Amino acid sequence: MVSRTAHKGGSYNWGAIIALPLSPPARGGRADAGMLISRMSVLDFTGLVFLFSALAGFLGALTGLGGGVVVTPALTLLMGVDLRYAIGASLVSVIATSSGAAAAYVREGYSNIRIGMFLEVATTLGALFGAYLTTRIPTSWLTIIFGLVLLHAAWQSTRPHPADGAHGVADPLAERFKLEGTYPTRSGLESYRAQRVKTGFGIMFGAGTLSGLLGIGSGAMKVIAMDRAMRIPFKVSTTTSNFMIGVTAAASAGIYLSRGYIDPGLAMPVMLGVLAGSLVGARLLAGARTKVLRWTFAAVVGVLAIEMIYNGVSKR
Amino acid sequence: MKLTDQRVEIIIANLLRTGVMLSAAVVLIGGAGYLAHHGHEIASYHQFQGAPEKYRHVALVIDGALHPDWPAVIQLGLLILIATPVARVAFSLVAFAIEKDRIYVAVTAIVLAILIFSLAGSHP
Repeated sequence: MVSRTAHKGGSYNWGAIIALPLSPPARGGRADAGMLISRMSVLDFTGLVFLFSALAGFLGALTGLGGGVVVTPALTLLMGVDLRYAIGASLVSVIATSSGAAAAYVREGYSNIRIGMFLEVATTLGALFGAYLTTRIPTSWLTIIFGLVLLHAAWQSTRPHPADGAHGVADPLAERFKLEGTYPTRSGLESYRAQRVKTGFGIMFGAGTLSGLLGIGSGAMKVIAMDRAMRIPFKVSTTTSNFMIGVTAAASAGIYLSRGYIDPGLAMPVMLGVLAGSLVGARLLAGARTKVLRWTFAAVVGVLAIEMIYNGVSKR
Repeated sequence: MKLTDQRVEIIIANLLRTGVMLSAAVVLIGGAGYLAHHGHEIASYHQFQGAPEKYRHVALVIDGALHPDWPAVIQLGLLILIATPVARVAFSLVAFAIEKDRIYVAVTAIVLAILIFSLAGSHP
């Protein structure tokens, strides 16, 4: 906040980034950037954060990874923002993109409101738990966990999704809670019913915990729960996951707010940037060559992940 | 049955879109005022001190936004955003009740209770 006076540089550990063996040519440049940023005016800072966030939202929408997962490392590694401010701003942007995109998906008739609502019991409980944990775990540990989650996201985004179908054993819980539906395919409406409901529910609790812990949507893990564990068709899984992300994030937002993680001066450019970027990204999605893009993005996310882990380990 | 579900989904879609757009507009207004008044101060987020107390509680944010204290206006916009999924769940509760889907009235009520529990913690 502006009411606080400027800090001299060096209140955070730039040494960790400068010493990173991965990017020797960038060393000097980054260190200089860090020094500059530590004396930046609110106007310049806001502009730069908006640009980073718009880029993160744009790439997040094109690749399906979501903007939140990229914006936090960008803020902490490149701009020296404390992780707790970064995850607070990121969580808010996650609600914006999820709700914005869900509006479009719901119309297409893929997302399943009952399955979403049923699993939201797990994700919101997990989110409360995660938000509670995040106020108690040291930042260095959070940074490492964030890095590991990023690493998984990078790996996941390069893999093709498994084919739908594979009818297995019926789960009585799925019948009881009506975890079924139809979705449009090329050969007309196809019906499906969820399997392994308990496993899916458990993974969803984990996804909610990660969301509350790191201020991310954790859409990838939600998709794993539905698509891999519950055998819900991929397209239904991804759109229902997107639909659930906003509700999950709202569950930890209250705790973030009362703990002061959501700072208006930072959250403003992050939320507006990610939202604008993801809206443009979603428009372009139809004609994009996603394969090259996915690999490029995975590489970027992978590098960010390793920097986060390195940063967290060296801070301990 | 299917028709009702379809209509509910379209209403939910509109609800979400309206919430996000309203929130973005309020954040934009607050942001413009904030930059106009504080744009030349030094930004500092390197060390975590937490947002000031007046931006942490719903009642205080609404108070501040009416002044207007510009960061509080931004925060009000963010609160509208946070309220959007909550409103969606509340609407689903009503929709399931109209459809007389008892199991889902219960499921939705649990989700709504968890959300309200989380937000209730942010009162002073």
